[in-house]
Amino acid sequence: MAEAPRRPPRRRIAWSSLGLGAAGFVLFIAVWSLLVHFNVWRFSKLPDLLSVVREWTSRTPAYGVSVFTPTYYADIWASTVRVFVAFLLATALGVPLGILLGWNRVARDFLFPLLELIRPIPPLAWVPLAILMLSGQQSAMIFLTFIAAFFATVLNTMLGVTSIDESYLRAAYCLGSRRWDVLWNVVVPGALPYIFTGLQIGMGVAWFSLVAGEMIAGEAGLGYLILNSYTELQTVTIVIGMITLGFVGYLSSALVRWIGHRLMVWQTR
Amino acid sequence: MANALEPSRSTAKDGALSLRGVRKVYDPHGTSVVAVDDWTLEIAAGEFVVVVGPSGCGKTTLLNGIAGFDPITDGEIALDGATVASASRSLRPGADRVVVFQNGSLFPWKTVLDNVAYGPIVQRRMSRAQALQAARSFLTRVGLGDIADAYPRKLSSGVQRRVEMVRALINDPKVLLLDEPFRALDAIARGIMHEELLKLYDATQKTVFFITHDLDEAIFLADRVVVSTCRPARVKHVLPIDLPRPRTYLMMASPEFMALKRQIADAVHEEAEKAFRLGEPELA
Repeated sequence: MAEAPRRPPRRRIAWSSLGLGAAGFVLFIAVWSLLVHFNVWRFSKLPDLLSVVREWTSRTPAYGVSVFTPTYYADIWASTVRVFVAFLLATALGVPLGILLGWNRVARDFLFPLLELIRPIPPLAWVPLAILMLSGQQSAMIFLTFIAAFFATVLNTMLGVTSIDESYLRAAYCLGSRRWDVLWNVVVPGALPYIFTGLQIGMGVAWFSLVAGEMIAGEAGLGYLILNSYTELQTVTIVIGMITLGFVGYLSSALVRWIGHRLMVWQTR
Repeated sequence: MANALEPSRSTAKDGALSLRGVRKVYDPHGTSVVAVDDWTLEIAAGEFVVVVGPSGCGKTTLLNGIAGFDPITDGEIALDGATVASASRSLRPGADRVVVFQNGSLFPWKTVLDNVAYGPIVQRRMSRAQALQAARSFLTRVGLGDIADAYPRKLSSGVQRRVEMVRALINDPKVLLLDEPFRALDAIARGIMHEELLKLYDATQKTVFFITHDLDEAIFLADRVVVSTCRPARVKHVLPIDLPRPRTYLMMASPEFMALKRQIADAVHEEAEKAFRLGEPELA
């Protein structure tokens, strides 16, 4: 080829959007501080931002958890490992199943009604069975985290396959494809945008199922940290746990999004 | 094939398409609809036939029967004497009858090069590297070499259609089936595409079965224009077009062109009115 691939023009940073975003944060913090300061309702039970930040960055935190304590990272690590194991399982099982359901009418007729019946059961309702049936709290919690992510992945993948334009399939057969070629060259890439939507939703629901699970059955992790701090009335640590969840949740979704963009350059380039 | 653009090929005489008494009955809601009835035409190898008629009157149904997307109810479709479709059997779609679709069907997730190389690769006719090489040289020969690495979304619809025709022709099909391929283009782009298509046709001498509702398009492109009736589709009128090739857009303003148009305008208009009165949603 003669010419180098053209790079897309770098997107300019939209300062006005960033400014508005920052303003949103400022407003939130201001309202929070005022509510606490003037004890609106029972807000004085909450810590203000300053005490949270002070505790969070303290070398000698009053309640034992800050960026300088190993337990903080142990909790983040415990939760992250559970989420990623559950998420990978949900992807490894959910994507192929979703493709099968979208691609094969018999499979869809056979399995979809069953799935639709199981799907609305909230992860929390699975807690007792998960603890009874799975050996060890770790696998029980991974199961709880897995279950919601799995359904989000299956459903979106199936939708992605069924929404592929019929003329792509016809064109592929015309050009001499066998079914297997069509699967790899049309069905999978054609469904990819939906699959990644499913994975992003899956990552989100994985985090909140996990925290719920950890609050009930955990012995480490961010959900456990929050509940444990609650029983000991350490509201500062609760807020630290919550903010941390926000960050790791955001980062893991961003990671999924980034991988999606890398796999689907054709959408933007 | 890499050299599908070269006219002097041993297979140049391939591609005689015969449609004999083709009939297609749909039964969507318990009431049967005859979409195509007793449709008969012998198309010589290398001939450019354009079927013209109002949209939604069974032309696409006919093409789907040839392509193997949809079985026919009765009659026979044969390619070089071998049955492609009949009441009892229907050959699966294959690269001997490649379709270029109405809405464009380049795979958006593949580059132009990978799209064009797709057929030869999945047919296992050559290695991947050879297929890519062949695709690149084909693209270069038709003046599309510099967009080989682009993704389809970045191209104008006119260029996308050209790529799609190349993607079809690289397979050395016996017949090229085009289903209103330029419908979505504006009149100017369409004019350019007609010339591009004819260039490819003159170079490859493939049999072309082209569907349209545009009479000018039909006359400009065809060796023979076939007017198809509406509901059911039947051959109403066949008009040989003796305009010399290569054709140029100026011919569309010539008296000969006008005379040809006058000969079938009535027939087409009649069917258009019928279709308008029927006013039914389009069949597949």
